[in-house]
Amino acid sequence: MTDLTSLTISQAREKLRAKEITSTELTGAYLEAANAANNTLNAYVTMTDELALEQAKTSDAKLAQGEGGDLEGIPLGIKDLFATKSVHTQACSHILDGFEPRYESTVTQNLFDDGAVMIGKLNMDEFAMGSSNETSYYGAVTNPWLGKDGTKLVPGGSSGGSASAVAAQLCAGATATDTGGSIRQPAAFTGTVGIKPTYGRCSRWGTVAFASSLDQAGPIARDVRDAAIMLKSMASPDAKDTTCADLPVPDYEASIGKSVKGMKIGIPKEYRLDGMPPEIEQLWQKGVEMMKDAGAEIVDISLPHTKYALPAYYIVAPAEASSNLARYDGVKYGLRVDGNTIDEMYENTRAAGFGEEVKRRIMIGTYVLSAGFYDAYYIRAQKVRTLIKQDFENVFAQGIDTILTPATPSAAFAIGDKEMAADPVKMYLNDVFTVTVNMAGLPGISVPAGLSNDGLPLGLQLIGKPFEEGTLFQAGAIIEQAAGTFTPKKWW
Amino acid sequence: MSVDTATVKRVAKLSRIAITDERAESMREELNTILGFVEQLNDVNVDGVEPMTSVVDMQMRKRMDEVTDGNIADDVTANAPASEDNFFMVPKVVE
Repeated sequence: MTDLTSLTISQAREKLRAKEITSTELTGAYLEAANAANNTLNAYVTMTDELALEQAKTSDAKLAQGEGGDLEGIPLGIKDLFATKSVHTQACSHILDGFEPRYESTVTQNLFDDGAVMIGKLNMDEFAMGSSNETSYYGAVTNPWLGKDGTKLVPGGSSGGSASAVAAQLCAGATATDTGGSIRQPAAFTGTVGIKPTYGRCSRWGTVAFASSLDQAGPIARDVRDAAIMLKSMASPDAKDTTCADLPVPDYEASIGKSVKGMKIGIPKEYRLDGMPPEIEQLWQKGVEMMKDAGAEIVDISLPHTKYALPAYYIVAPAEASSNLARYDGVKYGLRVDGNTIDEMYENTRAAGFGEEVKRRIMIGTYVLSAGFYDAYYIRAQKVRTLIKQDFENVFAQGIDTILTPATPSAAFAIGDKEMAADPVKMYLNDVFTVTVNMAGLPGISVPAGLSNDGLPLGLQLIGKPFEEGTLFQAGAIIEQAAGTFTPKKWW
Repeated sequence: MSVDTATVKRVAKLSRIAITDERAESMREELNTILGFVEQLNDVNVDGVEPMTSVVDMQMRKRMDEVTDGNIADDVTANAPASEDNFFMVPKVVE
């Protein structure tokens, strides 16, 4: 019998439907692998063994009748940012200690409605603020890919637990979220596929809010097809989220295998950064060749405001975060640290409950929104955001179908990197290629495309027009076909 | 623009985050690094540009003004650190 945890979602789906395997067997294999690996990789913050086996049993009954949804019996990991009824939901923050929501997020409900099994909640940067998963209250996650001389590396962030678990085959696929690159950067660091859909494609209802105008849910998966299967299930219109798009969800899998002949692919010159490692430049060039070989037309384009996306993001995102995180006050849920007055109680609770990165962002946000600075910072940043979006609209109006860029400016770095710990802006630069996409609300996919000189996975990013995720799966599959898939050697 | 320690303390107060004098000092440096980084936005000509209010071009959904939910006070207070009879309990606010 094949190793059950090595099956992709599409392979497992076929075997489940053909009754070659049962969900109970598959779920059991993942629970065993995840529980065994967690001391080393720390990808999960809580395991839901009992619930998973119960869901698997229900799925098996359906599958035996020849029934069930698109993800029937498929074991998934769920990022700790998604509200899951009566299960640990803490955004990996101390301030949400003990929080078990009485409701289910729309995204997880959609997955469960399609038959998915949840095997646990996944580690992440606290409130999704970070690019290395090191800000989690539950400790850093280890990348299943080892660095030179066995150095332990970060899996990226904020969806570091999701990426690590998928790469190490501790779940068949995982939910994730992306506010500035939190799906695509960890996917690139772990040799997995991650897609951030168009803003409004997935409902944000029941997802712990960080920056509401930027947050989007999406999957991290082993290959492009699995990502397409998962996104189709996660996405939906939703009356509970006024910013969720009222558009039907297409069959993304149908885009895979379609030719890209004649497709116009833009190469933005502004993504060629000073001091970018040569291996990133080479990977990008390799991607261009892959697309050319497949018959696509390569067009040089310009997105002149690219370099302003990251600084504008570090005004807009903290501003929205400072407002969203005001709700954590020691009254309604989570941690409370007493004080003599109600204000003291608030201050003590928030000082003890939030980690340093979260405090920094709340304070920056509070500052840029405060009287006298609002116009100079916040309004200016929102104007720059308009210009960034116009850049994209202009190239799409010229007939460009999708834009090809590197996903990250480097491969995964070591846990506890001193330079990044000393300078928050250094860490922020991880998102330099991905954050433009959030600022413009566009879809972006990261697909593994090769290995670095140290043998670590590197990803390419494709950026699409609003609600044209299908094009990204179509072009992403071409990269995957040419580059192959990447699996770390098991050492944990 | 950069902030001084007094401003850091004022912002901490506005953010309802208790901060020690020592931490306010180091936080001042961290915040100034970030404020220095965003300074480059001043190089952009934003004359006549509308600030973004919605990233995707669509009408915000409206709903009928009717009650669709409720009578779940137990659920609402279930996770509170202190509650009694479906009320949230807080330190004394009014003398």
